[in-house]
Amino acid sequence: MSLFANRIYSKTITSLPTLILFLVVILGLNFNIIYKNYDFIINLSYIIVFFWSLKKPEHLGYGLIFFAGIINDVVQSLPIGISSIDYLLLSVIGAFIRNRTIIYNLIYDWISFFIAILIVGSINYIILISIFKISIVYESLILGLFVTFLIYPIFFKIFVWIDNMVLVRENDKKNR
Amino acid sequence: MGRDDLVISARSIFLNKGNRQKFSLLTLIIVSLIVLSLEYFKTGPINQFRAVTKDAVSKTSYFISLPFLTLKNAYYGVSNLLKSNEENKQLKIINLNIEELKFENQFLKEENIRLNALIEEKRLFSDNYHITKILLDQESPYLRSIVINKGFKHDIKIGSAVRSGPYFIGKVVGVNYLTSRVLLINDLNSKIPIIIEPNGTSAIVSGNGSKFYGDIEYLPEKNQVEEGHIVYTSGADGIISSGIPIGKITIKNNKKFVKFFTDFDQIKYVKVYFKK
Repeated sequence: MSLFANRIYSKTITSLPTLILFLVVILGLNFNIIYKNYDFIINLSYIIVFFWSLKKPEHLGYGLIFFAGIINDVVQSLPIGISSIDYLLLSVIGAFIRNRTIIYNLIYDWISFFIAILIVGSINYIILISIFKISIVYESLILGLFVTFLIYPIFFKIFVWIDNMVLVRENDKKNR
Repeated sequence: MGRDDLVISARSIFLNKGNRQKFSLLTLIIVSLIVLSLEYFKTGPINQFRAVTKDAVSKTSYFISLPFLTLKNAYYGVSNLLKSNEENKQLKIINLNIEELKFENQFLKEENIRLNALIEEKRLFSDNYHITKILLDQESPYLRSIVINKGFKHDIKIGSAVRSGPYFIGKVVGVNYLTSRVLLINDLNSKIPIIIEPNGTSAIVSGNGSKFYGDIEYLPEKNQVEEGHIVYTSGADGIISSGIPIGKITIKNNKKFVKFFTDFDQIKYVKVYFKK
């Protein structure tokens, strides 16, 4: 592979978390599920932002998280800025846990993620209901957050695999 | 955890930019709050700037999602092809006297115009429409909506009716310079006044998130609505014109629903009505 192609490949690989986040928000890849009368969403963007803010914040810039939030708001027709606040709060919680934790494990991350999405979901709900008067079915919101929490370990494994197999290998290549 | 530890942690999280970060979290949260507070300005230059931003993001998202849209369309194309043979066989069996129906429709339309002139009924609704492409049709838990490729530059206004073929699918709820957002009839927040024919019963059709069925509200207790009756817009709101077909009545567990004529997954182009 030529030097230029190698550099492009390397750049793409290290930007993979950012690319995934932007694809999710632009294409609306959050899974929308209708069960009985409850319409709920599995918020993949929450998982992506929380995981990478917690593990490798250098691969997902805060500025890009902010822009992803703005795009998400336009695509989903929400008040512009609300998703940015959600994502940045998740980053704050992720950074806080990173600062206070020495050894990581899935269970600890999973519980932290649950607390984080409950906080973010509550703030999101309060802002949308009380300030913007957007009607949200509370049960749908809670159901969506709960299912997002349940599937976290699957994406945790996928992202750890991406981190180990691709990013670490790429860094090794650079160090050689 | 000591108080000093907490302060040091908070300072480190909010103010330190960290490795390869260009902005601190505190700065971005403040910027987000400012951007959010700008939502209060519904007119003036801020609104224009927001409309342009929404246009830019919508158009960019459309171009990025084009390869995925192509795949989706190819999937539906193949599945339609597989179904078409069976449909063709069924259509051959049904004796569709289209020519006769066309003349009857024309006669009724002309009679309606004559009768309206007789009672000096003012025509509130416009017959002008644009055929436009759908830019985005992302599903959100809060909104079942689509973004179309026409905005206030093309005289589109909030409340304008939107059809897919001959069927009503929703109304415009947000207008930007080049694009508009259409709230679909199956959205939780959608309430459309309807009339159920042949008995002329008035009610409201309300979305429940389902792609196939809508709820019927405010139906009189003693009604003669039966399975197969056709649901049209009533025009009672004075914005959406009357007589646009929506769906037909279906009864499940003694509860009446509207089964939509339109398959919301397969809409590519829509007609949006406007008044000059």
